[in-house]
Amino acid sequence: MSTVATETRTIGYTAAISEALHQEMARDSNVFVIGEDIGHFGGMFRATEGLLEAFGEKRVIDTPISESGFIGIALGAAMAGKRPVVELMFFDFALVAMDQILNQVAKAQYMTGGMAKVPLVIRTQGGGYKGAAAQHSQMLEALFLHVPGLKVVCPATPADAKGLVAGAIRDNNPVLVVEHKQLYGMKGEVPEGEHVLPLGKAYVRREGTDLTIFTYSYTLHLALQAAEELAASGISAEVVDLQSLNPLDWSTIQASVTKTHRVLIAHESPGRCGVGADLIAQIQERMFDELDAPILRVTGGDIPVPFAQNLEEASLPSVSRIVAQAKACLE
Amino acid sequence: MATVSKPDTQTEFKLGLYRQMVRLRALEQRLTKLSRDGQLRGSLHLATGQEAVPAGACAALRKDDTFTVTYRGHGYILAKGVDLNLVVAEILGRATGLNKGKGGKMHLTDPSYGLLGANGIVGGGVGTAVGGALASWMDNSDRVSMTVFGDGTLNQGHTHEALNMAALWNLPMIFLCENNLYAEMTPLSRSTKVTDLTQKMAAYGIEAVSVDGNDPLAVYEVMRKAVEKGRKGKGPTFIEAMTYRTCGHYQNDPGTQYRTPAEIAEWEAQAPIARFEKHLGAKLAAELAQINAEEIKVVDAAVDAALAAPAPSIDDLQKDMFV
Repeated sequence: MSTVATETRTIGYTAAISEALHQEMARDSNVFVIGEDIGHFGGMFRATEGLLEAFGEKRVIDTPISESGFIGIALGAAMAGKRPVVELMFFDFALVAMDQILNQVAKAQYMTGGMAKVPLVIRTQGGGYKGAAAQHSQMLEALFLHVPGLKVVCPATPADAKGLVAGAIRDNNPVLVVEHKQLYGMKGEVPEGEHVLPLGKAYVRREGTDLTIFTYSYTLHLALQAAEELAASGISAEVVDLQSLNPLDWSTIQASVTKTHRVLIAHESPGRCGVGADLIAQIQERMFDELDAPILRVTGGDIPVPFAQNLEEASLPSVSRIVAQAKACLE
Repeated sequence: MATVSKPDTQTEFKLGLYRQMVRLRALEQRLTKLSRDGQLRGSLHLATGQEAVPAGACAALRKDDTFTVTYRGHGYILAKGVDLNLVVAEILGRATGLNKGKGGKMHLTDPSYGLLGANGIVGGGVGTAVGGALASWMDNSDRVSMTVFGDGTLNQGHTHEALNMAALWNLPMIFLCENNLYAEMTPLSRSTKVTDLTQKMAAYGIEAVSVDGNDPLAVYEVMRKAVEKGRKGKGPTFIEAMTYRTCGHYQNDPGTQYRTPAEIAEWEAQAPIARFEKHLGAKLAAELAQINAEEIKVVDAAVDAALAAPAPSIDDLQKDMFV
């Protein structure tokens, strides 16, 4: 997979997603979008704007507020030869559709010995920092990693959002694309033409030698700022954007650990049974001898996301917490 | 398919329905024995007494029509035409099974016959079937989609979401409810206030019809109309087939703790196979006996072949999750 066009220009994260949807729907008539307020309204976050006008009502389907129902319907359409792209307005709403996502979609290919083909994408957005409180702020990716059968990716930039949405649509498996509401306002350089990223790759976003910060989604940007501050204190932090949480890119992870020998993991979701916990277990199983220090984490609190600004900020990762923990890694 | 959707003769068509019913019975009898002998793993949910619904319903469908069923749906799967040998091998967890031994009886799936899956979750496959109908609409096709479920499924929220969207979008859907009066061990009257299930459909604007589910011809007739309506783009139909599971919910449930002997006897007296034999009459006795013998033989051959087939290879343990 590759970028065909060389031209880039600065556009927003949602515009980048919208562009991927337009391009993929134009390329393959089996691709369709389905979800709440995505057609006539254009999407709560505008990612599906213009699709109804461009592709018509058979390929842009507004649904009632029935997440379990329309994810099941998307599954059936996928098994009948379509390539549905579901928009799930908030990650939190996945919890009313867990049977469909985890018992049906995620298991369909394996438990049918490959007889069922499920090229299905669920796009959703999670995350806090916006005062949206406990039921509109969650990063729930760990739940969807714990039950096997879904690929899970978390684009952190506009270019990655375009590339991963396109990559997810072309992938022949069920893929959960986790966007972040803090990133929807972000602008960046995005290839204009076809831009398709492979699923399962991590990227070194900043080179460093003293420690590696593994992160993804919005927290990547906090980690990059932290690395900048650490550099001012003479600490060289490498920042790796995991991007794809399933599958994980072990060659990139391993190369970075082997280079820095110290690891900090930063993510917004709670620490208990989270991505960081799993990564720590796997790193020490695979390359314990490479580690010069215990692996530390900066994560969201093991509490529901609180509403009041000071409480929410205290419960979620921040640049200062990442800086402090990075320094602790070097002690 | 053993049955024909456009019968050359009325008798031939009826004998086809009869064959599906006795095939289902022969399979269930053999599976029960295998389960008792410890050769069949897991739960065994039988449809004894409900044989007429799958035979009548599937006779109205084409191979390319999509459908989903529950964990009690093996009768539909066979009647739709899915290979008996593959089905039996899957039920016995063999490498040669329909789904390579990875799913078992509750997850039988074969999209080449429109089978978008049996399901272990009550109501779990209702939306999937509506998705098949949505795909048909998108393709401007005349394919219809059917989902089969029990009365208990009408108390699952997902079912109502799917009913609502099928009606809203006027999809070519058939919601076939086998009302056998019990949701597992709980009677309908202790599960819902409105026990006339067709009444619930008024809330969605879905045409609803109730039929004698122990009469395969009656089931076929209402299905034929619903299918024709769907093919013409005239929207979904809800069919309530009144029937009764004369066996228990699964192999370790005799079905007697929550039902009276009198009630069971009353339904056994109108069990569909014997009733249909009576309808077909003594003049066809020789043909019926022959069909019975043939189906027992076919089922036995499938079971014997499956028992002789290898278990799945451990090398395949990690395969098939992602393609």
